[in-house]
Amino acid sequence: MSNVLVFIEQRDGKIRKASFEALTLGREVAAKTGGALGAVVAGSGIAGLAPELAAYGAAKVFVADKPELALYSCEGYTAALDAAVTAFAPAVVLVPATSMGKDVAPRLAARRKVGLLSDVMSLEVEGGRLVATRLVYSGKARATVTADPGASLQIATPRPNVFPASKGAAGAGEVVALDFAVTIRAKVVKMDVAETGEIDVAEADKIVSGGRGIKGPENWPVLKALCHELGAALGASRAAVDAGWIDHSHQVGQTGKVVSPTLYIACGISGAIQHMAGMGSSKVIVAINKDAEAPIFKVATYGIVGDMFQIVPALTEAVKKSKA
Amino acid sequence: MNHVVCIAYVPDTETKIKIGADGRSIDEADVKWIVSPYDEYALEEAIKAREAKGGTVTVVTYGPARADVGLRECLARGADEAVRIASDGLGEADSLGVAQALAGAIRALPCDVLWLGNKGVGTDAQTMVPMLAELLDLPHANLVTKLEWTDGGVVAYREIEGAREVVEMPLPCVVGAQKGLNEPRYSSLKGIMAAKKKTIAVKKPADVGVDPAATTGEKAAVRWTKLELPPARQAVKLIPADDPGKAADELVRLLRDEAKVL
Repeated sequence: MSNVLVFIEQRDGKIRKASFEALTLGREVAAKTGGALGAVVAGSGIAGLAPELAAYGAAKVFVADKPELALYSCEGYTAALDAAVTAFAPAVVLVPATSMGKDVAPRLAARRKVGLLSDVMSLEVEGGRLVATRLVYSGKARATVTADPGASLQIATPRPNVFPASKGAAGAGEVVALDFAVTIRAKVVKMDVAETGEIDVAEADKIVSGGRGIKGPENWPVLKALCHELGAALGASRAAVDAGWIDHSHQVGQTGKVVSPTLYIACGISGAIQHMAGMGSSKVIVAINKDAEAPIFKVATYGIVGDMFQIVPALTEAVKKSKA
Repeated sequence: MNHVVCIAYVPDTETKIKIGADGRSIDEADVKWIVSPYDEYALEEAIKAREAKGGTVTVVTYGPARADVGLRECLARGADEAVRIASDGLGEADSLGVAQALAGAIRALPCDVLWLGNKGVGTDAQTMVPMLAELLDLPHANLVTKLEWTDGGVVAYREIEGAREVVEMPLPCVVGAQKGLNEPRYSSLKGIMAAKKKTIAVKKPADVGVDPAATTGEKAAVRWTKLELPPARQAVKLIPADDPGKAADELVRLLRDEAKVL
């Protein structure tokens, strides 16, 4: 085992946080394998990103800079990653488990006919192979998974928000321009960005979630105010989504997103098994619910039995006060 | 226009998961099995397209004999044909091994659009859509919440973090369904009766060009070596709520000083 290559996700020339987390993890893996750390980034007009990646330890930065890569496409970005794999010959490839990473990594795995450790929450190197843990059955169980040590390449996608990002001894950051042919059949023609400043639950470090207890879509501002004070994303239970009160992109749980923030505040959520599976690995869980018997209190770190329409505004004020 | 829909037959989302005696898989006793919910959106969209434009809908799965029940449910909802690649008696395959078997079966079928859920609830690896697209050399869009038909192609609306990508692609292609794409129909009585008379084509991996000795058990590219329940959480610390203001202050204090998350 030796070199470690990390796929870097950028949007509008800005590197996403999950990529710094993956790069930090890559640096730790490379220290164990004794190889060099490389990063690969695709886009248009992005050559200036290399110093930022060097600060996290990247010795080489493979840059795929083409006008046709301005917007993400799985075929284009996979071709870039594949070209970097050919150029750098890594033993390990890490790709953040974002919606982009979960698109690109399986394509690369299928192209190279190797396995993929998907959405991992821990990653070790044992006897030349990657060993990881990941949540399965939507968080109801945890599997230890391992790649074939005989494979030419081992690929893992680390889950966002689980691994810390930290700068390390700076790498050389030598820029290597990638040259490769690309045919894009599935073209992204447009990207509609959601409400300004809205954080996605899948990327969020803190989440404030509402369920049936929110009573109707007119009451989301109560939770949004708290989100604003905490810098949190707005989540929802399946009950709130199925009632048509909010878009599915906010749903946390088995048929929504499985999340692991440091703080999860469940407001008016009873805690159906599918919901708890989706947020049960959060570091700290706060439950605010009228019903003292609600199952959510079984997984909560802190609980307040009471009316969320009184408690949540008071909490928003208390957070504001604590920052003053 | 012809459609192929891949389904996974998985433990019901309400099922309590118990660890099996081998310590690396689930205890399958008492598990109720269902067609993975995301695959239902895929099937519904394929049936809708066939109703509008003609053609056939073939459902394909990789799994043991119990999965025939799931295939028959898809036939009852309106699929025309069903194929199962039999995994009975074989060791576990990982995503790549399953994708290789499915791709082998799909190559032999008429297919303008390949549909599947964006993930199977269970292994939750979310790898099958891009893997199949790659193995079949097709363009794909995953996490699709809305789909429009164009002359010779589709426009897929794809849900990503805090944004929506609009993807145009020509046929043939692969579409990964996300919740929101449609409301799946229930089976009709007539559909259930008709499904009973249909034959499910059961194939061995070798029939679709896959050698299970090279893709399952010890030879799988990824192996589960251990399965455990998530660690139990500590008992809840309840904060009295008589005075909402005081309760909120106390909660903030605990989050900041004790849990250190603020």
